[in-house]
Amino acid sequence: MNKQKTFYGTLKKSLFLLLIPIASNHIIAQDDESNNSNTEQNKIDAGNISGNFQVLTQFYQPDSLIGAKDVPEDVLMNGFLNLNYNRGNFSAGIRYEAYQNPLLGYPTGFKGQGIPYKYAKYSHEDIEVTAGNYYEQLGSGMIFRTYEDRNLGYDNAMEGFRVKYQPFAGVQLKGVIGKQRSYFTLGQGIVRGIDGEITINDLFKNLKEKKTKVLLGGSFVSKFQPDEDANLVLPENVGAYGGRLNIIRGGFNFMGEYVYKINDPSGDNGFIYKNGEGVLVQTTYSTKGFGLSLSAKRIDNMSFRSDRNAALTNLMINYHPALTRQHSYNLLATLYPYATQPNGEVAFQGELIYKIPKKSKLGGKYGWTILVNYSSANNIDTTGISGIDSTRQGYTSEYFSLGKVYFKDFNIELAKKFSKSFKAKLTYANIAYNKDVIQGKSGYGVIYADVVVAEMTYKFNSKNSLRTELQSLTTEQDQGDWATVLLEYSRSPHWFFAIMDQYNYGNHDPKKVLHYPTISMGYNNKATSFIITYGKQREGLFCVGGVCRAVPASNGVSLLITTSF
Amino acid sequence: MKKLFTVLLITLISFCSFSQGNEKTIPSVEVKTLDGGTFNTENISNEGKPIVISFWATWCSPCKRELNNIADIYEDWVEETGVKLIAISIDDSRNMAKVAPYVNGQGWEYDVYIDPNQDLKRAMNVNNVPHTFLLDGNGNIVWQHNSYAEGDEEELFEKIQKLAKDGTL
Repeated sequence: MNKQKTFYGTLKKSLFLLLIPIASNHIIAQDDESNNSNTEQNKIDAGNISGNFQVLTQFYQPDSLIGAKDVPEDVLMNGFLNLNYNRGNFSAGIRYEAYQNPLLGYPTGFKGQGIPYKYAKYSHEDIEVTAGNYYEQLGSGMIFRTYEDRNLGYDNAMEGFRVKYQPFAGVQLKGVIGKQRSYFTLGQGIVRGIDGEITINDLFKNLKEKKTKVLLGGSFVSKFQPDEDANLVLPENVGAYGGRLNIIRGGFNFMGEYVYKINDPSGDNGFIYKNGEGVLVQTTYSTKGFGLSLSAKRIDNMSFRSDRNAALTNLMINYHPALTRQHSYNLLATLYPYATQPNGEVAFQGELIYKIPKKSKLGGKYGWTILVNYSSANNIDTTGISGIDSTRQGYTSEYFSLGKVYFKDFNIELAKKFSKSFKAKLTYANIAYNKDVIQGKSGYGVIYADVVVAEMTYKFNSKNSLRTELQSLTTEQDQGDWATVLLEYSRSPHWFFAIMDQYNYGNHDPKKVLHYPTISMGYNNKATSFIITYGKQREGLFCVGGVCRAVPASNGVSLLITTSF
Repeated sequence: MKKLFTVLLITLISFCSFSQGNEKTIPSVEVKTLDGGTFNTENISNEGKPIVISFWATWCSPCKRELNNIADIYEDWVEETGVKLIAISIDDSRNMAKVAPYVNGQGWEYDVYIDPNQDLKRAMNVNNVPHTFLLDGNGNIVWQHNSYAEGDEEELFEKIQKLAKDGTL
């Protein structure tokens, strides 16, 4: 324990030294510590500090073969430090971020450094108030969700106030107001929202013990942005509302949500005055060893930003959950991943998971796990309004029919543990990917690909193991066939060592039949990790939660340091 | 504005040095239960026995490897040490509905909660999943670990055993 204390102590001190290069402060802090470390009361009163820290640095080398461009700075770096202070019902914190300059593929708007995130929060019994920055989500987020994904470079945090209030059991109210973060500044628009959620069973005594549970929710969100357009009369206040229903009984769960947005001419929809709407329905059933989920969604003209001229992932007020499986194998995850299309999309997904029990005839000693997933996304079926469209409605859409294919994915996964030391997983996926729409390119059309992945893990003993991934992606189109081999040796609990090669053996252009090898090594201790990687990164997409960013080809050494304290 | 932050930072530093010896506990954050309700994490307890809190997501392979590997031996862990594992899924509305089917499908015996707005993840300073915390019987965080490699569960179990026996690491 003493050792750990010293470790954390040293870590904290060095971090603070880095932050504020004033030696005297540091000495004062040390004095205080020695004076008070034995006074139990002070310790309890002072609350505590925690945080985390991450720096990713990459040294770039040009490589004309793979298309890795020369980086004038040679070295680029992304980093942040979070500090949270917590005492009883009060908490406050800041995040310092620095991009010297942003890593390739990361939004260039992040260039620079600062403290874009700071908050103070107080909660007492049934009320909670936040001032400063916060992340919040109403319902499934289809009309309001602010969130961050540091790896993706996505952060649309609100800056303003938030109040959560529970007037009595079973009723939860929320109110938000503020502006949204746009890199190191705030967007122009003001966003306001309220949300109420009622758990019917908690309201009435005689319903409390009922097996069926019902939740109702509703929200209203509006944004204000002045109309500075010379030609069009634009709505300065744009409102959106939504209602949701959740019914649960045993292993059965039904969730439905409907959202509506008044006309919101924007860069995304070509400044049309059509209203937007969306519906999301999800049903799941599960019991021990079996799980089934079915979902459907339709959205029409539902892009919603606090600046009508914003593009990319900037200043989005809402979030559209992609109804596709989020793959984690490298070829599947980065070559043809789906990104939601807020302008219009009809999507379906079904997933079944079944575990053949252990010690059964078919299951053997350890059992099997089978997962089958199917998803599809199409455009909505629209007809452009030809001739006079004096109200600028843009198009009409047929509710129950499908437009052109955006994405399809049928995949099946079998996992089996064969013995204490060996287990394997086999995955097959058949994908259709509309590259033109999803990546905003032209001339590619819909790409059809088959993917097979075999993953095997062998444990030499309790500490040493080797994990192998053999991946194959075959397609006649685009860049042709790919293969990936990954070998990952880990020595628990501290070390790992990995080699990976991606090989574009089927490229139709012989000059592009290339290997992309990388070698990496990592060290973990408690909440601290170091990972160093050397090699070639192919051009691809990096996606989290259906939001993607393009990562260009690069070559070089990168170092990741991350810790929590 | 900058002055304000400097002042804030200095205040934080002095607080930090005061709190050097303070044990960190579970923050009070509302998360979702698998049946649609809410649960405040300050109510996490295990009758004075060790608690493991593991952050995971349905799209995170190492997370699932870790929790599936522990699932195979969890019964023995509970029997020997009385430990309770709480799995916190950080899946958002895209994959949230798939959490219960996955958990039941795999037959996990853990307490599972969902943190769709990542409030608990932020409050516990988790950078990336998987991230695992070990808490003593009084709810103090005594150890944590980032990432997962095969066999890491053995180190975790050694700590749990020591904690169950001595009450401290």
